[in-house]
Amino acid sequence: MTQSLDRLKESPSQTAGPYVHIGLTPNFCGIGGVYASDLGSAMVNGETKGERIELRIRVLDGTGTPLRDALVEIWQADAEGLYNSPAEMCGAADPNFQGWGRQPTDMETGVCLFRTIKPGRVPFRDGRPMAPHITLWIVARGINIGLNTRLYFSDEEKANAEDPILARIEHRLRLPTLIAERRGNTYVFDIHLQGEKETVFFDS
Amino acid sequence: MAETGSNRAPETGAFFQRDRQWHPPALTPNYKSSVLRSPQKALLSFDNTLSELTGPVFGHAMLGDLDNDLIHNFASPGESAIGERIIVHGRVLDERGKAVPGVLLEFWQANAGGRYRHRKDGYLAPLDPNFGGCGRTITGEDGGYAFRTVRPGPYPWPNGPNDWRPAHIHFSVFGHGFAQRLITQMYFEGDPLIRRCPIVGGISNKEAVEALIAALDMQSTIPMDALAYKFDIVLRGRRSTLFENRPEGN
Repeated sequence: MTQSLDRLKESPSQTAGPYVHIGLTPNFCGIGGVYASDLGSAMVNGETKGERIELRIRVLDGTGTPLRDALVEIWQADAEGLYNSPAEMCGAADPNFQGWGRQPTDMETGVCLFRTIKPGRVPFRDGRPMAPHITLWIVARGINIGLNTRLYFSDEEKANAEDPILARIEHRLRLPTLIAERRGNTYVFDIHLQGEKETVFFDS
Repeated sequence: MAETGSNRAPETGAFFQRDRQWHPPALTPNYKSSVLRSPQKALLSFDNTLSELTGPVFGHAMLGDLDNDLIHNFASPGESAIGERIIVHGRVLDERGKAVPGVLLEFWQANAGGRYRHRKDGYLAPLDPNFGGCGRTITGEDGGYAFRTVRPGPYPWPNGPNDWRPAHIHFSVFGHGFAQRLITQMYFEGDPLIRRCPIVGGISNKEAVEALIAALDMQSTIPMDALAYKFDIVLRGRRSTLFENRPEGN
């Protein structure tokens, strides 16, 4: 026998279920008057620095059908590449940008829209700059543990080519699953849960 | 950030690797919705970067007086939700046993009859006009939290021909880093439906299931008012950075 390491185990995940909106976007599902607005629904204000962009995201199941009951959260750096978080040691982030957003997928179309700014480059662990990216977290009925991935930008080819995380993807054919396509000021990003185009999900 | 009211230096170490044998796997065929919604390829593993180590902070200022009182936060003035009145309380800890202060907890549930206030729930049990079903709070310096609600009812759901969900409350939890983000469900001590549930059954380890079952806590009840259940939540721990090589120096 040895001494115990005295560690706890993480609480096991359970699905967010079909009624996740009640808890996380109650105004969206008709429960008004409890919170003034749905948390994370507005990410930028008039003072936020950076290029205004829109993310148009869908989550598709193994048949290619968009999920109409999913919830997506995003987490990103500000225009200078700084996170608005106590663990950010490189400087003070834009006080007009929290960097976190939350949107349900539309109950008819399955589309969710984020109005945000394009993030700057954030250093990797060894100091090299990562390509601009947004961290995504996806939950829904049928998803037992929240899925993590990243959205990179199609108009950042040079930065993407030197990104240390993208470089880790063994099957290069799968790399485009992480790259949102620019159309005007909108980036279109489909997340495939299964199949040939299955998105690269992260364990980090 | 100042809003958490803490003078501690923020921790910047990487999070402990997630034990994916402990969590339910993506594919649990007895829970039919998982079949077409479960990734099938290997996850890409890498040590946390700043994008995972950082996370949003929510201040107590955003909370309304009734946010942690589901008995009253949707009720008409002078009225209250119907059902068995309970207090749910506990602490948010990490895998090192350390309190996780200043983090946002959100919770949602069915009413006492097992009906959700949602257009996609067609169960024949009635809505309670005084019950919305959502609440939130932020953990204190000791990681502690508490809220008041009514005990949700069990309900049938379309999966197998006769599957019932045990009474449960959904929890959404933020940590200090976005990699700690977690959604789970709390079950109630003694509920015979827990071991029959296909969603719970996705967890293969019996101890892991038990970690989601709140115990009746008679010492925290309010006599003549409310029973109490204690539910601790554990988030990923994080490594110390004391001896870590950093390009910019320690």
